[in-house]
Amino acid sequence: MSPTRVARGPGEYDQGPTVAWNARRALGGAALALSCSACAGPQSALDVRGTAAARIAGLWWTLLVVAVVVYIIVIALLLATIARRVRETGENGPQMPTSDRRGLRWIGLGGVLLPALVLAAVLAVTLRVQTALHSHTPADLTVQVIGRLWWWEIRYLGGAPGDRVITANELHIPTGRRVRVELTSADVIHSFWVPNLQGKVDLVPGRTTVTWLHADRPGISRGQCAEYCGLQHTRMGFLVVAEPPAEFARWLDEQRRPSAAVDETTRRGQVLFQSSGCAYCHATRPVATPGVGGPDLTHFASRRTIAAATLPNTRGHLAGWIADPQGIKPGNRMPRIPLAPADLLAVVTYLESLR
Amino acid sequence: MATISAPGERDQRVRAFERVWSEPRGFIGALRTINNIPIAQRYMVTAFAFFLAGGVQALLMRIQLGTPENTFLDAETYNQLFTMHGTTMMFLFVIPFIEALANYMLPLLLGTRDLPFPRLTALSYWTYLFGGIFLYSSFLFGAAPDGGWFAYVPLNGKEFSPGINMDFWDIGLSVAEVSALGAAAELIVGILRMRAPGMTLRRLPLFAWAMLVAAFMLILAFTPLIVATAMLEFDRKGLTQFFTVGHGGDPVLWQHIFWAFGHPEVYIMLIPAVGIVSHIVQTFCRRPIVGYRAMVASLIAIGAISFALWAHHMFATGMSVGAMTFFTVASMLIAIPSGVQVFGWLATIWSGRPVWTTSMLFVVGFIAIFVLGGLTGVMVAAAPFDAQAHDTYFVVAHFHYVLIGGVVFPFIAGLYYWLPKITGRLMSERLGKWNFWVMFLFFNLTFFPMHVSGLMGMPRRVYTYPAGLGWETANLVSTVGALGFAAGVLLFVINFFWSRARGRPAGNNPWGADTLEWSESSPPAEAQFPYIPVVRGRHPLWEQPSLRPADAPAADSLRELDAAPTGWRGGLCVSMREARPLAIVHLPGPTIWPFMLSVAFVFLCAAALVDSGLLAGIGAAVAAVALCGWFWPARTEAAAIGEVGTEPRDRRLPIAVAGPRSNGWWGTMLLILVLVTALTTLVASYFYLAPRWVLSELPDLTETLLAITTTAVALASAGAVRWSAGGNTPALVGRRQLGLALGVMLGLVLVGMLRMLYGYHETTYARATDAQGSFFFLFLLFQAIVTLLHLVPTAVALVWAWRAPSDPRGLAPAANAALIGYFLVFSWGVAVATLYLAPRWFWPSE
Repeated sequence: MSPTRVARGPGEYDQGPTVAWNARRALGGAALALSCSACAGPQSALDVRGTAAARIAGLWWTLLVVAVVVYIIVIALLLATIARRVRETGENGPQMPTSDRRGLRWIGLGGVLLPALVLAAVLAVTLRVQTALHSHTPADLTVQVIGRLWWWEIRYLGGAPGDRVITANELHIPTGRRVRVELTSADVIHSFWVPNLQGKVDLVPGRTTVTWLHADRPGISRGQCAEYCGLQHTRMGFLVVAEPPAEFARWLDEQRRPSAAVDETTRRGQVLFQSSGCAYCHATRPVATPGVGGPDLTHFASRRTIAAATLPNTRGHLAGWIADPQGIKPGNRMPRIPLAPADLLAVVTYLESLR
Repeated sequence: MATISAPGERDQRVRAFERVWSEPRGFIGALRTINNIPIAQRYMVTAFAFFLAGGVQALLMRIQLGTPENTFLDAETYNQLFTMHGTTMMFLFVIPFIEALANYMLPLLLGTRDLPFPRLTALSYWTYLFGGIFLYSSFLFGAAPDGGWFAYVPLNGKEFSPGINMDFWDIGLSVAEVSALGAAAELIVGILRMRAPGMTLRRLPLFAWAMLVAAFMLILAFTPLIVATAMLEFDRKGLTQFFTVGHGGDPVLWQHIFWAFGHPEVYIMLIPAVGIVSHIVQTFCRRPIVGYRAMVASLIAIGAISFALWAHHMFATGMSVGAMTFFTVASMLIAIPSGVQVFGWLATIWSGRPVWTTSMLFVVGFIAIFVLGGLTGVMVAAAPFDAQAHDTYFVVAHFHYVLIGGVVFPFIAGLYYWLPKITGRLMSERLGKWNFWVMFLFFNLTFFPMHVSGLMGMPRRVYTYPAGLGWETANLVSTVGALGFAAGVLLFVINFFWSRARGRPAGNNPWGADTLEWSESSPPAEAQFPYIPVVRGRHPLWEQPSLRPADAPAADSLRELDAAPTGWRGGLCVSMREARPLAIVHLPGPTIWPFMLSVAFVFLCAAALVDSGLLAGIGAAVAAVALCGWFWPARTEAAAIGEVGTEPRDRRLPIAVAGPRSNGWWGTMLLILVLVTALTTLVASYFYLAPRWVLSELPDLTETLLAITTTAVALASAGAVRWSAGGNTPALVGRRQLGLALGVMLGLVLVGMLRMLYGYHETTYARATDAQGSFFFLFLLFQAIVTLLHLVPTAVALVWAWRAPSDPRGLAPAANAALIGYFLVFSWGVAVATLYLAPRWFWPSE
């Protein structure tokens, strides 16, 4: 897909044409994951697009098979016991058997031996996957993700101070590379979760936790906060854009630049942006913010969504969002700033120029 | 007491016996009644009402989630609903309902007239009722709790939840927790001490075993929760900094304590349900359960293992691989004793002759659902898979399979089984079968699709979701299923009212069951078991032609209790293992004080909520009056002592007043268990946080010496009280008086020294600015409570020793104060070592 395409709705993602092929690989060719076309989706844990998710999906399919077999055995026994005696209902007095030896054998075989064997096998598979998930070679790229009420700040640290990139709610990663993601929280506990690529890891205040992403093909996945974090926990999504390394490098270069220069069509919007209070929270590098940050908007127009993957980044949605942020995402930290309709459109035009 | 021969005299005596056990009438009488049956009925009705309230909340949430981007509920309301749904179902429905059923059924099952502390039962009920109303009153103020039933910090700290919503949760819940502890103590002492003679532990019905395990778990799990909610509330009030990053606190500490409670909690709910199932299977398969001992052992194993797997709720917080492996193994291990239970039932059905009543249908449905929930439980125990499944609808599906399938289905089965005993009328079997199939099918329709939506990436606790992620169908099906499931619950309610109006009379034993409750009338009389039954096997009604004593000596020892005593309420205490008659216990009659004490709690709660000194003063005053009234010497007890005597003589049972023979002593031991658990929680929390602390000021030498001296004073006080116990004979009254007087004086000195320690760093401890200071605050508060628990009974014993040295009732507070004295010394030692000595060890000053 074209990285320059801007207007994508949160619903428009890759629908994962070949499903779960990594899962099959992880399982060593087991034919379990073959038919799961219904599992496809930009936020599905079974639509695997990365190494870690593939390993976990492989574990899931194994666990599923084991569970189905055990369940069938137990239910078959249950039905057999019912069928055996179902005709003999009616009044009957209690029997007091002298020995329970046969019954105890049931308990020993079914209640102790069967689960012990099954659990030992399951545990072995689990520990193998766990070891694989937690053994890491050096990172090709390190990204910092900071959880905030209720959006994601994303930072790429370069060699030089000028190389630093700050963006929000849209994490770009190169395919085939090992990306180390360092997670911190600025306020409460959140959880970073991109089911297509990796299991979740919490962002805990006062700690730095780490997760790894390794996408094996280009595509856009959706992630979402998975630890309840208050009023708008629901609307704390983000996108992960996996793109070939060259495209990624191009994107990163673009992001490193200062925001686009204004021309006569956008100047009025910029002035309004600076004077109406927007710039108090939103940086447009090189202009920094005096206040505590909202999302950095330096290259806002290059992002696909607004309000933490709540709305597609279109002119109409953007205007609606600025006009009434509390109506769309009640309780979020962005206040409604009264702007005359013409001024609102000017601000939108300016923001749309920030490629 | 003379043997009674004339039938007229005998009738008269039975009537007198019935009169002494009858409930008081009228409105005030309803507040004074403490009989287990009316209290348990209120408990059950209240719990069921909360179940319906929690169900309505669930339906509203399901309607909201039926379609993507629905606007039926706003975010705030939705968050309040899921918080209250979880809180209600856990704390206001399941636990109280279990306690209700146990309070009703256990005395009947065990063949005793009442549980050992009837006033405590009444107190637990009123406290639970008022705590629940307190929590729900938050809706009236538009301030319902909205931080999740697990109340993670920092989200629920003052900074991010400045409203009083979570104060309602914290305070209301503490009250419900205290009530649960009271009920647990009641059940443990009841099961261990008040059974029919001959009902040895090996003959104990499985429901009683299950309740015994669950009640111990309640104490070990709810105590840390009380400590944690207190810490959270102190943090919210700005007094302490336990969970604040940057002040030496850590939000993950909350998760550790909360789940150390939260996971055993699941099994606290499950184990009694499993016990109910065993009774039903046994009765309707017309044979004893297969592998009784294996069933008991696996109940205990489940209870023990459940304390070792809390952190599987925290796999996502970034644990070490080693820790994850440990908790994965422990979580999987619990499947084995659960498997023993399931195969025990299967073997019983296989070798029995099952009768397919509604109860049995619910049991079969339970097995089918519970096994599936157990299998998904093994899945989420695997840490790597949990990384995807955690906090998604997959987990929602998993625990509803376990909690509705594993707990609610057995409850309904148990109600179909036991309601005929409670109401005296049979339920409709035809309606019951409809009831089962509707609930079973719609249950699966509701919760099975959630496995799918969870795997497809749908997180929990979201008030809506965007279209296009593949979640629409699963959610719509779940919503339809939930409405159908609600209809199933409604069918049960209809059946209940139908049976009350039209049901056939049940008779004593409609199912031909084996346990003692079926020997009593349905519904049971206010005065249960006028003649104490004697048990000679696990299945008395199947194995014994008569429940009367088999031989003359046994009959003699129980004669004292044949439709007697008639002037006061008396019950039988037996030895713990062999259930040999030990003593007669005096049980209190109707009293208003439990009700008044719970009213005092309401004032104290409201005071804590709005920081009002006036309300706190009223509450404290009412509580003081109520406690005095509660412990005021009962005239009936004096009469009982006069009638029976406190020492055994010529094969006649004595009355138990003090010491290990009395229930009060056992209750005190359980109180000490609660205190030990709380102290352990404090110490564990301290050392969990300690490595995070940069060296703050060490307690200086004078302060440390003062603290050590305090321990010595505690030792002296406890020793004096213990020494006084040697003076129980009339000749040594002087020693008793002296010992107790010394105990009181030293106790007062201790209070003064405590005040000095607290004041030593008044500026920092009174409003602690870091986590280390917060622990001084909390430990010293805890020590103050323990010191008072020692001092007050000592003072009461001293008054007895002074005013009525010959009255044996005065020995009880002295004996209990001596017991608490041991703990007092221990806890002072631990507190001093932790607060004053450990810092010198770990952080030697530079």
